[in-house]
Amino acid sequence: MSDASIHTQASHGEAEFGDYFALLKPRVMSLVVFTAAVGLLAAPGSVHPFVAFCAILFIAVGGGASGALNMWYDADIDRLMKRTQGRPIPAGKVTEGEALAVGVALSGFSVVMLGLAANWVAAGLLAFTIFFYAVIYTMWLKRWTPQNIVIGGAAGAFPPMIGWAVVTGGISIESVLMFTLTFMWTPPHFWALCLFMKSDYKDAGVPMLHVTHGRRVTRNHILVYTLLLAVVAIGMAFTGVGGPIYLTTAVILNGLFVAGAISIWRRDEKISEADGYKRERAFFALSLLYLFLHFGAILAEATLAPYGIGGW
Amino acid sequence: MSFREEHELHKRRFGRNVGVALVLVSFIVIVFGLTVVKVTRGDYEPENASIQRDQ
Repeated sequence: MSDASIHTQASHGEAEFGDYFALLKPRVMSLVVFTAAVGLLAAPGSVHPFVAFCAILFIAVGGGASGALNMWYDADIDRLMKRTQGRPIPAGKVTEGEALAVGVALSGFSVVMLGLAANWVAAGLLAFTIFFYAVIYTMWLKRWTPQNIVIGGAAGAFPPMIGWAVVTGGISIESVLMFTLTFMWTPPHFWALCLFMKSDYKDAGVPMLHVTHGRRVTRNHILVYTLLLAVVAIGMAFTGVGGPIYLTTAVILNGLFVAGAISIWRRDEKISEADGYKRERAFFALSLLYLFLHFGAILAEATLAPYGIGGW
Repeated sequence: MSFREEHELHKRRFGRNVGVALVLVSFIVIVFGLTVVKVTRGDYEPENASIQRDQ
């Protein structure tokens, strides 16, 4: 082996710090940070600002750890899908063993540190979230049932509950409703993406709803879940975390979201293909705004409550 | 060609080492900060400490 060959081999296999960070799915982490922070700030009571900062950091690290475990287990299908080929393992920057080590180490670290910083109810919920995403969703549901997104969405819905538990040390109807909001939002959000990201899941053999049951059924499902979501989202306005700001936001956004779902439901593949899935793309973009503004409104209610503006 | 010439590989390793160092320093700061907050709020006082103080 010559010096040249050593250099070439090493430069391809040597990961940068950013490659390990990419294992934690930073974009998903940003959603986790935001919803956990809203859950924490909307909860009755308070914690020391530094404890709150650390708690959100550990929740984010725990979410990232489950992302690393997901990348470790799904490396085989990530290599097949265009959307995921640039991830650190399929790109050859990080080995599968390294991803597993990062995932396991950060899982343990985040749960123990959250328990020590806040309380063990919050830590237990974080541990369950990691288990749910890595084992129930990634290892079991994702490759087995077209309802993978529906049940797996629970993993992404736990952070506001954990944030709430950091302050209260428990679970309540408000935190369960915040969980339900994200849980019910996930299926229409992902199925809309699936409609215009056609071939990816099919190539990897992942039984997404549109692959197993067709696009017509997926459109029907989007409408049904959007209607159920609207009931949950507007109903939450009348709980402890709701108020006039939240109610106004929820009514407007759910009106737009239901209108978008009806429009997707009324279209067929020919019309969608003709305009490059314009409505489906718009619905997906709206879904991102939808979740952000709902949690933003909850945050606004909590922040303005001391001034007599937020809440009922 | 000098043996001291820096290869791109060394830059990556250096970046990785700096990253790990920053993570470790941040961890120390976090543990120290949490300790200060918890001790000053009396989270680690024995349960009967306030009763003893009152007596």
